[in-house]
Formats: sequence, structure tokens, C-alpha cells
Amino acid sequence: MSEYEFDVVFVGAGPGGYVGAIRARQLGLRTLVVEKEKAGGVCLNIGCIPSKALIDRAAKYRQLGEMEEFGVAVDRTRFDYSRVQKASRTAADRLSKGVDFLLRKNGVEFLAGTVQRIGSHEVAVALTDGDERTVNAACIVVATGSRPRVVPGFEFDEKRVLSSTGMLMMTTLPKRLAILGAGAIGMEFAFIMNSFGVEVVVVEMLDRILPMEDSDAAALARSAFEKRGVRFMTSMKAFSLERGKGEESPLLLALGKAETSEPSERLETDAILVSVGRQPNTEGLGLESIGVVPERGGFLSAGPWYETDAAGVYAIGDVVRGDGQLAHVASAQAEIVAERIAFLLGKTSENPRQRLDPMEVPSAVYCEPQVAGFGPREDTLKAEARGYKAATFPFRGAGKAVAIGETEGFVKILYDEKTREIIGATVAGKDATELVHELLLAASSELVVDDVFSTVHAHPTLSEAVKEAALAAAGRAIHM
Amino acid sequence: MAENIPMLALSSTMTDGTITAWKVAEGDVVKRGTVLCEVETDKAVMDYESPSAGILLKILTAAGSSAKVGDSIAVIGKAGEDASALPAALQSAAPQASAPAVVAAPAAVSAPAVVAAPAAVSAPAAVSVAVSVSALAPEAALPAAQAVSRRQDTSPAAAVNPAGFPRSSPLARALARDAGVDLRALRGSGPLGRVVKRDVEAVISGTAERQAASAGSSGGAAAPRTVRGREGGLVDKIVAASRTRMVVAKRLSDSMREAPHFFLRSAVEMDRLMALRASINAGRDEADRLSLNVFFVKLTASAIVRNPTINAAWKGDSIEFKRSVDIALAVALEDGLVAPVVRDCASKGLADIEREFRTLIAKAKEGRLQSSDYEGATFTISNLGAWGVEEFTAIINPPGSAILALGAVAREPVVRKDAGGAEAVAIRSMLRATLSCDHRVIDGAVGAAFMRDLKGLLEEPALALV
Repeated sequence: MSEYEFDVVFVGAGPGGYVGAIRARQLGLRTLVVEKEKAGGVCLNIGCIPSKALIDRAAKYRQLGEMEEFGVAVDRTRFDYSRVQKASRTAADRLSKGVDFLLRKNGVEFLAGTVQRIGSHEVAVALTDGDERTVNAACIVVATGSRPRVVPGFEFDEKRVLSSTGMLMMTTLPKRLAILGAGAIGMEFAFIMNSFGVEVVVVEMLDRILPMEDSDAAALARSAFEKRGVRFMTSMKAFSLERGKGEESPLLLALGKAETSEPSERLETDAILVSVGRQPNTEGLGLESIGVVPERGGFLSAGPWYETDAAGVYAIGDVVRGDGQLAHVASAQAEIVAERIAFLLGKTSENPRQRLDPMEVPSAVYCEPQVAGFGPREDTLKAEARGYKAATFPFRGAGKAVAIGETEGFVKILYDEKTREIIGATVAGKDATELVHELLLAASSELVVDDVFSTVHAHPTLSEAVKEAALAAAGRAIHM
Repeated sequence: MAENIPMLALSSTMTDGTITAWKVAEGDVVKRGTVLCEVETDKAVMDYESPSAGILLKILTAAGSSAKVGDSIAVIGKAGEDASALPAALQSAAPQASAPAVVAAPAAVSAPAVVAAPAAVSAPAAVSVAVSVSALAPEAALPAAQAVSRRQDTSPAAAVNPAGFPRSSPLARALARDAGVDLRALRGSGPLGRVVKRDVEAVISGTAERQAASAGSSGGAAAPRTVRGREGGLVDKIVAASRTRMVVAKRLSDSMREAPHFFLRSAVEMDRLMALRASINAGRDEADRLSLNVFFVKLTASAIVRNPTINAAWKGDSIEFKRSVDIALAVALEDGLVAPVVRDCASKGLADIEREFRTLIAKAKEGRLQSSDYEGATFTISNLGAWGVEEFTAIINPPGSAILALGAVAREPVVRKDAGGAEAVAIRSMLRATLSCDHRVIDGAVGAAFMRDLKGLLEEPALALV
């Protein structure tokens, strides 16, 4: 395919684009990345990474209070949230520069600019420095990511009506915060803000928080949050927003039961976070002209190797329907696509496996308690009347959890009674987002519960709860 | 220690095989690669070569009996070992899905060890050259033997698997155990060729038909670059060759490489034969009318009877003269070619030959040809006249030593003597026939004599009665 300047162009340098580009270079493809902002995308710059920095400081701040039990008096009068925020920016910038370095080191060409049009084997870029450039390539990978979804009437001003981006950029804390949407993003900011002393109300249309997660884990999180003073309004929706006159005047939210058409109460707040989903960035790329028509919600449909309807055009990450809008999904898809293209162009004889199995994609919510899981959740299995068994082991049965005062949590394994196949799992509590991977590796490698409990686990660790849950599946948990 | 020799899956769809004959007897010394027996599958009869060396201690599946894939068919061990001392379970017909410790056979089998007879044929090469399974079934669920040996080539971890039991996930083993699926007959699609749940489920659901071509497997180094519609235009389109195509490709290459071809061309005046055919067909129902090809077959058989060397085959250090004139006719199908054979054409009448070809062609179009329908042609005819081809040369279809390539019959000016003996230009129906000969068997004069006789018979078919 030497008639093209590049073998592959990644449009977007987020966790999809940059990982795919590096993998493509490893496979010897001539690779270009086009990025209109900073390398690393939403994840590194205005997503996962800075929010984890805030969550860490929020947790530490909270723990300071817990030390008072031991006679440690902490003077918080000089607490300055702007410095917390700045630390999160430092982390993000450092990692973004790290991505720049990795791209350079691997020989990925980088164009700073905005893609104006994706054509047949062609990408037109308005460069950041004002020039224009059109490059051609055998393959083009749409990895343009997503942005916070706008709800009519609640348009972001990023001062008081905030998206997750605005929340991350905010340098002063509001006194009161209303959060629309109790998914992972809403819950993480609820945790951060509540930890720093903000009065938080979370409004959720569904009848529970963390609707994508295991209902027991969601209930555990709700109860933990409520103990800390976070107020939840589930089965409620926001009808309208009154922004008031001056900067200082409070915002007025009109709320009502989700199934009604009239608001029934008003909520006064100083700021609102609208976290009700993310909108794929698929407009303005000219995709329709090459036959790639976004579906409802702006998503692209993709085939077994994430190929779109246009020859040589692939789509990965948040723009793709089906695998979940998660950074690690984008990266995993990116590797598949890079390997597929290398295979088709004869750079490798190894054809990659086909698209991800949603079963093997972990979810992770980083508030405290953490919630992580994979596979169909128990509620889904029940609703679909699929045969399964659940084995749960509470953290309080694990010595380490008691020793460190982290007994609120559990490991739940969903398994097939006959074959002992691990169908799915949820871990809630301290370090759940790390603990889940033992079970995920087991499930994706097709180990059965017996393989998990037959593995000697170090004592004392929280991982012992994983082993005990596996033992519970065999009806032989020791510490329960 | 004595080893059980399992029935292997010799084709992708094979679930059991019938042992048509044992080539060794109990007590015989066998080497690796010694043909133990012939196995008839749903596709063809194949030789089963020994994966191990030793003494054939016991035959567990008698000739004429069938065994499921994975069942033990024999025991090989050292002299003096007692096969009956093997655990009883090993001698039963039970699938051995979970008996890695005692089944050592597959690891020792090298890729080409299992030799298969052709699975299908196409013209102009209906050949019965044995073809290794690797050529036959690149995308098939290969016999465990091959899957294992391939891993041994590439996997650093092969040493942990000395018994040759396929790498498999615990879940796949559990499922296989419950369903009686023999893991050794599977090619794993998981990391490093590991047999995983979907591989076992594919067998259980009968959909083991090769997903390998489209399903990328990390172990599938040999997977073809098949391009789906959505990725079209990205690269040249590459489509996995069917097994039939692989067989044909190998045979034609072998034939062209091994048989020194030479070509003899004649122009044949067809007017009398066309008239004869018209008069024969005039009295027949449309459904019973004789095709031109059947006249070619019959008259070719007559010419062969007069030139028996044409009906001979090169055997390496001897020449085999066949008594029966078994003529294959190349037939184009939607997805390839076949060359079904009518036996003993010399002693059959036109109507019989026509009827037999019609039956064979109908079977071919339904994909129901048996190997006996296309193997062992002593001579092949390929007629591309219907495509308007004037003349062409064909590649010999072993074990035959010659193939006749026929072009279109066309009205042409020719020079003929008129009744008064003066030369004049006349218009005749002309056919160009080209004979490809294997010079190892057929010398130029021998081939030319055949062509002279054939031309004479075609131009004056009544001579066939003489």
C-alpha cells in the first residue's frame, strides 16, 4: 500500500488513539495521530486521571478527621482546594507529556490540529498553527471520543452548571452541589465534594444509584454515602433550572417524580453537575459522505474488527456502540484494530481476535466504597431467568479488612452450578477496583471457581475474600 | 508403556470413521508413519499412519467396524507388554477426553503423518494422489496430532505438555467431559492454541465448520487474510482456498511438474458425426437425446482400444496397462470442477454412457459424488467448446497418461477434393482436438497413431463398428 503516505491514521490521541498508534508502530505500520487538544484525550486530561487525583486527596482529607479518634487534632483552616485542583492538573499534564514522549519514542507522527473531513483514504486537517494539510492513508481509525451529554435547559456554563470537565477545572468549592445522574461519574464527584465538606444532593431518574452495577453493591454505596450526609433523590428527575440573576444568587432546580410530567418540589443549590452520559464526537467529520452514518445517539456501529461501512475506516472507543464508553475498552479495541490492520497489510501473520466480549470488560467506580465488576450483573441474570448461582463473602470475614477497619464490602461471584464457570463477579469495598482482576483473569482464562480457591492466597490480604467467595461457591467457605 | 492409538478426526466434519482394512497385524513391528489402517470418513478413504513406534499389541476396532473420534482403535507398545494389562477403560469405546496421562499418541504425530485420499476432485485433474491433511484441510479442525505438533513448533511451553494432551482451559475440559467431546480432535482458538469453551461448544452444536477463516485466533498463524465486505478495498481480496481447491492445486502442480507433457493437435471434420447424432436423436425424446460429449467419449474409447498404450499409467519403475477404459469428463460446477468417471466405456453403448454421466453430473451438482465416482480415470476429456474456445491444451489428470482437450465446432473453409478430384474450398464443421501426453508412457508416434485413429473415427463414426 505504498501509494499512501501512511498505513494508518488515528483521529484522536486518547486512550484509544495513542495506544493504537503505539501498537501500530510496534507492528511496523507508518502511523500518524491527529489530535486537536492534548495527547491522552479526555481520560488523561479531563477524566479518569485528574478525577483519581481528586479522589485520593478527598479520601486523605476525610481520613484526617478519622485520626481525631486517636487524639490527632488537625487544623484545616488553611485548607486550600485550589491547590488540590492544581495537584490534579499536575498529574494530568505530566501523564499527557508522558504520552507525547511515548508517541515520539515509538516513531508515531503527530499532527496538532482538528480533522475537518474524513474522506476515502484521506483526512483533511486544520492545523493548530493555522495551516491546512490533507494526508492519505490506507486505513483511518476514528478515535474521537466523547463529551458530556447536554440536557436541554441545563446547558453547561461551566461556572455553576457544570460538566465533569467543569468540575475538574473548578478551583473553589461550592457550598452546595446538586448532581444529576448517579452513575460512576456522579458518584465519584459526590464522594469528592462530600469529603471536602460540600453539601451534596444526587438526583437519579432510576430507582437506584449506580444502575449499571450490582444492586447489592449499589445499596452498600448508598448507605455509606448517606452516613456521610449525601442525600439521594432516586426515581426523580430535574424538570427545569432557574439560574437566578446575579452570580451569587442560588440555582433553583424543579424536581419531580420520574414518571410524572410536573415538578413537585424545588431544590436550592449553588452548583449543578450534569452527569447523564457522554455524547460520541462523530459530527463534523464528514463521515456520512463516505457512508458511515452515526446511529441514534451519535454512535457508530462497527464490525468484528471495528471496521465501519467505509473501506479502510475503523472506529474505536467512545464513538462505538456496544462495548461501553471506558478508557480501557478504547485501548483494548485499539490494539485489536492496529493488529488487524497490520495483518491485512501483511505486516504480521497473526490475525487478532475479534471484538471484545463485554463479559471481559471490567467496570470500576472509584468512590469509597469502590465498586467493580464484570459480566452480566445478578439483576440481569435474574431478569433473563438464566441459571446461575451467587456466592458472596463479606469483607468482615477477612482478617485484613477487620485489621484496617474496612469491613464494609463484599466479593460476589456469579457462577454456573454445574460447570463452576465464573459468569460474572462484583467486588465492593476497599480496593475493589484492584481486587476484581483476579476473578476477571480467572473468568477470561476459563478457570473455574475451584481453580480460584485452590490457589494459595497470602494472609492477611483482602484477596482472601476473593478466595473465600470461591470457596463459598463450593459450599465450603471457612470464615463465614 | 503401551499406548492407545485413538481414532483421529481426519476431516472437519468427521465424528466417526470406519476402518476398511488393517495394513498391519497384531504382533507386527510398526514405525512412526507406518500405515496402520485405512479409515473411511464421510469424505474419503484415508491412510492412518502410526503416530508411534513399537509393536502393534492389539487391534481394538476390527476391519469393517467404526470408531468414534477419540476412541481407541489399537494399542502399540513394546514386545512382551500385555495390552490386556492396560486399564479396562482404555480399551473401551469411551471417549478419552480427560485421560491425558495415558494417551501419548498425538504428540508424536508429525503434521503430514496422516495421509488422506482426495476429498473431492475437479477437472481437468481427477487424481487420486494422496495428499497430506495439511494441504487438504488448512482451516479444518485439524487432527489433534497436527494441532499439537504445530504448538510444539512455536510454543515455548510445549514441554509442559509432554503427553501431547492439548492445552485447554479448565472450563473447556469440564464441558468436554460432560459432552463426551474429545479435546484432542480440536484446534484451540484461545491464546497459544488453547482449547477454550467456544471450541468445545462449536463441536457440541455442530458448528465446528471452520470459523477459523473468519474468526481470528491468536494461535492462527496460518489464517488467511480474508477480507470482509466492510473492509473491502483495503487490500487485495484474499479468500481461503477450499479443500477441494487445495487438492486440485496440488495435483495439477504435481502432474505438470512430474509428467513431461507434449501436445498433439488435429483438426477434425465433424459433419458426419453431427449428422449421425442428429439422426440418432431424431427418434428420441428430448430427455433421452445423446450429447455430443457422449459420442466423443465412446469414439475415444474405441480409439484407445486400438492404441492400448494410451490407457496405461506410469508407476515409477513400471507401466501399468489398464484393461478397462475408464474415461472422465470434466464438468464445471458453480464453485469448481469435477471429473466423474464412467468405467469400461469400450464395452458400453452410447445410451448407457449418457445415462451414467447424467447420473454422475447430477450427483456432482448436489455435492454427493463419492470418491469412487471420480477416482482412477485412465483418460480424461475436457470440452470447452460450449465457451467458444477454438482450441486449448489441458494438464494431464493422473493416474491417466493423456487428456483430450476439445474446442468448439465451427463452420470453416477447408480444402477438399470434389467428385472430379479437383481441389476446391468447401465449408465444413471443424473441431480442434489437442491431446496432452505423458511422455514417460506415450511416445510421439504412439500419441500420433491414437490421434490419427481418433480423427478417423470422429470423421467417419461408422468405422467404430468395424
